Amino acid sequence: MSLLNRMTLLAMMIIAMLGAGEPALAGLGQPSPWQLGLQESASPVMTDIIWFHDFLLYIITAIAGFVLALLIVVMVRFNARANPIPWRTTHNTLIEIAWTIIPIMILMFIAVPSFKLLFLQLNVPAADLTVKATGKQWYWSYSYPDNGEFEFDSLMLKDGERKEGQPRLLAVDNEMVVPVNKIVHVITTGSDVIHSFAVPSFGIKIDAVPGRINETWFTATKEGIYYGQCSELCGKDHAFMPIAVRVVSEQAFSAWIEDAKKKYARNEGLPSTAVASAQRLPQ
Amino acid sequence: MDTIAKAHGEDQHDHPHGWRRYLYSTNHKDIGTMYLAFALLGGLVGGVLSIGMRLELMHPGLQFFHDSHMFNVFTTAHGLIMIFFMVMPAMIGGFGNWMVPLMIGAPDMAFPRMNNISFWLLPASFTLLIISLFVEGEPGAPGVAAGWTIYAPLSTTGHPGPAVDFAILSLHLAGASSILGAINFITTIFNMRAPGMTMHKMPLFVWSQLVTVFLILLAMPVLAGAITMLLTDRNFGTTFFTPSGGGDPLLFQHLFWFFGHPEVYILIVPGFGMVSQIVATFARKPVFGYLGMAYAMVAIGGIGFVVWAHHMYTVGMSTAVQAYFVVATMVIAVPTGVKIFSWVATMWGGSLEFKTPMLWAIGFIFLFTVGGVTGVVLANAGVDRSLQDTYYVVAHFHYVLSLGAVFTIFAGWYYWFPKMSGYMYSEPIGKLHFWLTFIGVNIVFFPQHFLGLSGMPRRIADYPDAFAGWNLVSSIGSYISGVGALVFFFGVAHAFMRKQRAGDNPWGAGATTLEWTLPSPPPFHQYNELPLIK
Ligand code: HEM
Ligand SMILES: [Cu+2]
Ligand SMILES: [Cu+2]
Repeated sequence: MSLLNRMTLLAMMIIAMLGAGEPALAGLGQPSPWQLGLQESASPVMTDIIWFHDFLLYIITAIAGFVLALLIVVMVRFNARANPIPWRTTHNTLIEIAWTIIPIMILMFIAVPSFKLLFLQLNVPAADLTVKATGKQWYWSYSYPDNGEFEFDSLMLKDGERKEGQPRLLAVDNEMVVPVNKIVHVITTGSDVIHSFAVPSFGIKIDAVPGRINETWFTATKEGIYYGQCSELCGKDHAFMPIAVRVVSEQAFSAWIEDAKKKYARNEGLPSTAVASAQRLPQ
Repeated sequence: MDTIAKAHGEDQHDHPHGWRRYLYSTNHKDIGTMYLAFALLGGLVGGVLSIGMRLELMHPGLQFFHDSHMFNVFTTAHGLIMIFFMVMPAMIGGFGNWMVPLMIGAPDMAFPRMNNISFWLLPASFTLLIISLFVEGEPGAPGVAAGWTIYAPLSTTGHPGPAVDFAILSLHLAGASSILGAINFITTIFNMRAPGMTMHKMPLFVWSQLVTVFLILLAMPVLAGAITMLLTDRNFGTTFFTPSGGGDPLLFQHLFWFFGHPEVYILIVPGFGMVSQIVATFARKPVFGYLGMAYAMVAIGGIGFVVWAHHMYTVGMSTAVQAYFVVATMVIAVPTGVKIFSWVATMWGGSLEFKTPMLWAIGFIFLFTVGGVTGVVLANAGVDRSLQDTYYVVAHFHYVLSLGAVFTIFAGWYYWFPKMSGYMYSEPIGKLHFWLTFIGVNIVFFPQHFLGLSGMPRRIADYPDAFAGWNLVSSIGSYISGVGALVFFFGVAHAFMRKQRAGDNPWGAGATTLEWTLPSPPPFHQYNELPLIK
């Protein structure tokens, strides 16, 4: 039964890997080497996503393990040597009803927390601050509509431009800055093709579609720097338009805003064409 | 072959020989053989492309590609080729053409000439796709790099060169080919069953083909419409998908996935059918819950048309719409579960023989389950928010396709190879092929769950350094499966050189469908007298 041994061993490895859902190495704000699970949470929504994913992981591991166990039992008990004469059973109404009803119940059990999470994500609370992120080939532009007229571009740092400790392909020149513990609305649009604004530790991902304004929200609960990457294929340099969000104290944020207003003030008072062309609202 | 046919007292009709036999062929078995050969070629090209991608991703930094454009040309071509020029031709054109008439007791397909054109559209289509690789796509760079999903506006304004037009025309031909095939199968199955073969006596493989071709008939025209609109947006100034002209990029996504989700079932349902035949054969026991199995496929096909926007949870749909698609998507898991448990129940009480086809079938059942349960994770919009467009999705769909659909194709290949060729394959080579592939593809795709969870986006040629570890593991796995593929090709050549006669039915009492009553290979025309099914 070398076949069985090998199957069992592999299956045990797979289950052990699946079961290792609570990663020791989850990164905060960026991935860490050999990470197994989701990135560490820095927002209430992400905390719920992680909880819900763990909950699902137990269920799906149990289901996959159950099917595997059945297969192993079948191969051991009903191979040609162990059971030379096959049975003739082809029906069993009870069991057929059971394997229809039980999965339905499991799915209903999953649906309850699933909807709670969905409503938490999509019922957007009133904003303390709004940031507009415009996806462009191949960088992001940020503006702060309730804080004045400025807009700035955020480009990936290339080799040689990074300071010690800044991660390759994630660090940018001008980060998006937000205050800690405030409800931040992110509105997104695309100026050329579709991009997608994602920050794993905040549990957000929202497409930036030309001609549409999309909206999501987060509350960052810890100061620090949080990275994400464009999450919709947008052409040649899709891999090289990261998102970096710096979460700072409220005072530091006010100071940054004052600074930014001067630093990024538009030369002409007009909004850039890319932003203007994307103003059509979907509704 | 002629001698066998004569031995059975059949009047051998005159038919063209040499290249004419194939070019002009109206014979379902010859056309099936051509489809299988074509799928082997498609698989070879698609496989080489995938190894190319894994070589690039083995280490952080760009190794082979100067920019990610060419890398994305590879991902795009890999996806399109594997779907349209490997899995579909193998399962429907190949095994479907070969086995549906044999299994229902029909002399051939209903429309033999249409069968010929169905096949010959494919090489033309493939040629167009290959041409697209060499003409301009993105500004100044050759090939389509918009992904197999070719979302507008990346595929319109983002690809000013004609490459996308070639790809669109290629998809039009492939679509037309499969629609013609679908009409042929529907007519054949409804009208040409042998006396006594009622719908509820049809082998499950035939049921699976029937469901699949209905999916093709209803889904392909939607794709054709979508890509025609893309074509006119690109060339004739229409603005279906352009906001400045009142269009909407999301319209393309809705149309694409209205085709795209049924398409993923087109790729797997024939496999369900093959696995049912194989499990029953090698358990020497009839399929458990036959009617449940047949109608589970019908249900999967039906529900498959109302779940499409689960691919679009991040595009900004309203709460109610997302909630609906969560529920609808999870419902699909129920008939899928029915199938898995019925296969296990078929084996329960059986007398299992672990011949090569059975290994692939059992491997499929487990790995497809793994892919199915990660599908249930993705169905939940709340958590899909974190996983959409990451490697978790790549892992999910390769568990259901590379480890699902492809495993069923190999299961079917080893199962029917003796029937189709007349020769027995070598069990040790077949088993080596299975184990190399089983180990290889699991090493490729299991770690991709970890990469996706930790946030690695798909369709990127270079990644942040933290993702290096699992990417290295994944690449090593792909080389192992590459070796597996070489063993497969060696095994095919070996079987043809060894010429060990297989006999009418090498599988014994468990193989109860009609094709096993015929000689191996079957005569050029079978059933000159229709079999009577009791
Ligand atoms: C239990 C059944 C299944 C469920 C609930 C399910 C669910 C999903 C969901 C929600 C997605 C979207 C993920 C995302 O993009 O964020 C997805 C993607 C995908 N699924 Fe499944 N799935 C199931 C079975 C299958 C099967 C049987 C196949 C094919 C044989 C398949 C092939 C795919 C493919 C190809 C994609 C990715 C398409 C792309 O974005 O390129 N799935 N699945
Ligand atoms: Cu992008
Ligand atoms: Cu789908």
